[in-house]
Amino acid sequence: MAATVHDPVEADDDVLHHSATGLSNEKIAMWAFLASDCLLFGALISTYILYRGRSVVGPYPHGVYDIPYTSVSSFVLLMSSLTMVLALSAIQRNDQRRLRIWLLTTALLGTVFIGGQVYEFTSFVRMGLKIHTNLFGSSFFVLTGFHGTHVFIGVLMLMSLFSLSLKGKLPQEKAQTVELVGLYWHFVDVIWILIFTLVYLIPS
Amino acid sequence: MTDTATSHEVEPHTHDERAHPSDAQYVAVALVLGAITAVEVGVYYITAIPKHLLTTMLIVMSAVKFSAVVLWFMHLRFDSRLFRRLFVTGLVLAFAVFLIFLSSLHFYSPSRH
Amino acid sequence: MTEPIAYGQTPPLTARRSLLRRPTSTAGLWGWITTVDHKRIGIMYGVSAFVFFLLGGIEALLLRLQLGGPNQHVLSASAYNQVFTMHGTTMIFLVIMPMAAAFANYLVPIMIGARDVAFPRLNAFGFWTFLAGGLFMYSSFLLGGAPNGGWFGYVPQTLKAYSPGHNIDFWVFGLQILGIASLTGAINLIVTIINMRAPGMSFMRMPIFVWMSLVAQFLLLFALPVITVALFLLMFDRQFGGHFFDAQAGADPLLWQHLFWIFGHPEVYILILPAMGIVSEVLPVYARKPLFGYAVKVFSGIAIGFMGWGVWAHHMFATGLGPVAISAFGLSTMFIAVPTGVKIFNWLGTLWGGKLRITTPFLFAVGFVAMFTIGGLSGVTHAVVPADTQQTDTYYIVAHFHYVMFGGSIFGLFAGVYYWAPKVTGKMLSDFLGKIHFWLMLVGFNLTFGPMHILGLQGQPRRIYTYPAGRGWEFWNLVSTIGAFTIAASIVVFIVNVIRTKISDQPNVGADPWDARTLEWTIPSPPPEYNFAEEPLVTARDELWHRKYDEDGDGRAIRRELDYPVVMDEVPDEVHVHMPSPSYWPLVASFTLPAVAYGMIYRAWPVAIAAGVVEITALYSWALEPSTAPPDPDEGTEDHGPELDSGEPAAAELETADAD
Repeated sequence: MAATVHDPVEADDDVLHHSATGLSNEKIAMWAFLASDCLLFGALISTYILYRGRSVVGPYPHGVYDIPYTSVSSFVLLMSSLTMVLALSAIQRNDQRRLRIWLLTTALLGTVFIGGQVYEFTSFVRMGLKIHTNLFGSSFFVLTGFHGTHVFIGVLMLMSLFSLSLKGKLPQEKAQTVELVGLYWHFVDVIWILIFTLVYLIPS
Repeated sequence: MTDTATSHEVEPHTHDERAHPSDAQYVAVALVLGAITAVEVGVYYITAIPKHLLTTMLIVMSAVKFSAVVLWFMHLRFDSRLFRRLFVTGLVLAFAVFLIFLSSLHFYSPSRH
Repeated sequence: MTEPIAYGQTPPLTARRSLLRRPTSTAGLWGWITTVDHKRIGIMYGVSAFVFFLLGGIEALLLRLQLGGPNQHVLSASAYNQVFTMHGTTMIFLVIMPMAAAFANYLVPIMIGARDVAFPRLNAFGFWTFLAGGLFMYSSFLLGGAPNGGWFGYVPQTLKAYSPGHNIDFWVFGLQILGIASLTGAINLIVTIINMRAPGMSFMRMPIFVWMSLVAQFLLLFALPVITVALFLLMFDRQFGGHFFDAQAGADPLLWQHLFWIFGHPEVYILILPAMGIVSEVLPVYARKPLFGYAVKVFSGIAIGFMGWGVWAHHMFATGLGPVAISAFGLSTMFIAVPTGVKIFNWLGTLWGGKLRITTPFLFAVGFVAMFTIGGLSGVTHAVVPADTQQTDTYYIVAHFHYVMFGGSIFGLFAGVYYWAPKVTGKMLSDFLGKIHFWLMLVGFNLTFGPMHILGLQGQPRRIYTYPAGRGWEFWNLVSTIGAFTIAASIVVFIVNVIRTKISDQPNVGADPWDARTLEWTIPSPPPEYNFAEEPLVTARDELWHRKYDEDGDGRAIRRELDYPVVMDEVPDEVHVHMPSPSYWPLVASFTLPAVAYGMIYRAWPVAIAAGVVEITALYSWALEPSTAPPDPDEGTEDHGPELDSGEPAAAELETADAD
């Protein structure tokens, strides 16, 4: 939404909003951060792939994974991307009511996903898989936990946006803030798309 | 993709935003995503598919889902090409570097070493 | 082209109470602590990095004392491990990187005609986080021992079983904190360079230092996440019983080395590219010629940036990677010498036929070219795998990377210090003392590291804390130790030079003492807070030069006869530019990070959690605080010292939740 950023109303820090490309600083920064995060998750996912099938003691992935369960929670996260983009679309139309509905729905779906992950982790632990059990435990918990932390931060940001909107502090000119949080949120979602395939579905 | 979208692309300025999709289009993309997910889980349970084929199918499907979210929901199709270049650089770099890294450790054969 | 000087303010929507009253004053110590001015932050980066340079130098002297003769007892084996680890870690992460950050922070915005960086508070956060991380790591000396696993921290040596103390934990957490600092800095500078360029400042008109900084920041952006993951995995192994590096559990012993060097080799270019940029700024000024082959220089820099990602395994030739990997990485390593060699010819071409002015910055820049060439050539010998197998873990390697990092980066950075000191302070450093500094350092440097080539080929291994007599190593080790103290003497000369200049009453040097070429020399020395009273309009590469000089038919420069001043020697009165306001939150957010780390190292979970809560509070307060506070109604009449009492009604603010 570079077009709205340079609206005079947004000129609260004009000194810094000189723009050589016509794009907003914050959005370039967010994309740079996400590009950087590709390498972060690349390293974590590679570590998991490297250690597939190399644990010397159980439990092994096929013994603990519950594919139908994880499919549902993956679907939940996937749909939260839809509600996120609908929230952005709402604020761009200055539809505050729908903005709030979709922000809250997105945060809720994110929370459901995290809740599902917490349940999954506890059931794995009950089956005897802990971080220090074997290579599978270490690489699985660190990768998915790292991703879950990203989701959690996303939920915090969504709830902050929701409360700003309730206080009337998220006018249409601030649509970019929603867009930035949205970019982060979608990125977390696409990482899960990869994790779901590479970690859960691909046979070892 | 509409015709107006392509005409925008030839603009020399980097500020080449195309019109964002409508809510209905977002819902359509989400339906496709959901359908692909259903297929993913479905093929996982078809034991008749050979392992290598299954792996390939799953990777292709997740790549399609990945691209759909990035291109539509993150507006990369419609936004400035600067963002596209930034993100694609990170993505391609990550893919290339870690593929070389994993290949040098023969990740594809679990019975190595 | 020119913009109005005063900037309008948005009427506030709602009033909000803030936890801490927004600092208003830029004067005094608090002014420095809460500053968001890129120039002040640059100076603080430089001064802190120099203090760490002295610490790292003292560590080097201890190492050389220990190795000056056989069977010395200056350091115990355990102390030696700590000192060489901290020497490497300090010089890389706490000296060269922040020194480059100092130059980039101070110069990049001015060189591209901007008033500040894109995210001033994020900039302050980057600096304070670097300082917090450095102090955190050094606090380990007082808390039972410094990191002792080498700057590369190879596993399994660094696992809990073999390094049970907290030494390595300080290294792991310290580097994570420094990584956060560098990542925020990288994003900030990338956005600044892409988006804050003045009108007319196209990419191919940017000073070469800006280009090289941009490439280095992109390398940081993509390399830091990899070391972050490596450190994260090591942290899990050490703190929570993970098995990532536990070969008994089936782990791959090379995982750490791969991740470390995927980061580590781009890191080498992160360290050298800014120095290359500085040298490329300095040489044209004193040769009075434009940089030879600007476009080639830019593209070779970008090529180095890309190719730097495909050579990491040459650090691992001795580990048994297999013939395919070794051949591929050997070849790619030879190829990367090509763009590097191109750069050397660019510098020679710049000097060729120039009217050379032999000043201190010029000497350091030429010293850089010469010493870096030696280091580059010995580097190519590592690409030859059979030779590398012999050289691995000997002093030959130590000689090589010191020629690149000291003969290269440090000489380049000193060229920058002497070149830009008059811009930063308004006073010229003594050229006489500067030349003594240069010659002492050049001789000392070659005495120290030249003999290490020989020692390495004679088989002296790295990281041994002592050696027996009779191996033929005594003489060159002694020479090397004498050389190290010669370098130390040269640094003393530098410090004397700085102090003498500081207390001298020399008149202000004006805007353009070197008859230079780029935008930073058009504004007063030192520059005012807002840099440019009027936003510059750029019409050429080497903008200032073209404002001053025309070319005659033979391509010779002739000074333009102008009836208006080209540069602004004094700060004009009556300029009101509303600059970003100071803030406490970056500082709070930074210094909370070591608290989290202490909590985790000593398993004091309440401390870690409390610090985490403070961190989140600080980040929230930061996000909700606009980057520019609304103007004070009685602005400029009084300087209220900032007060720390909470609950003060903050000035009415417009809520922003910006990305930084």
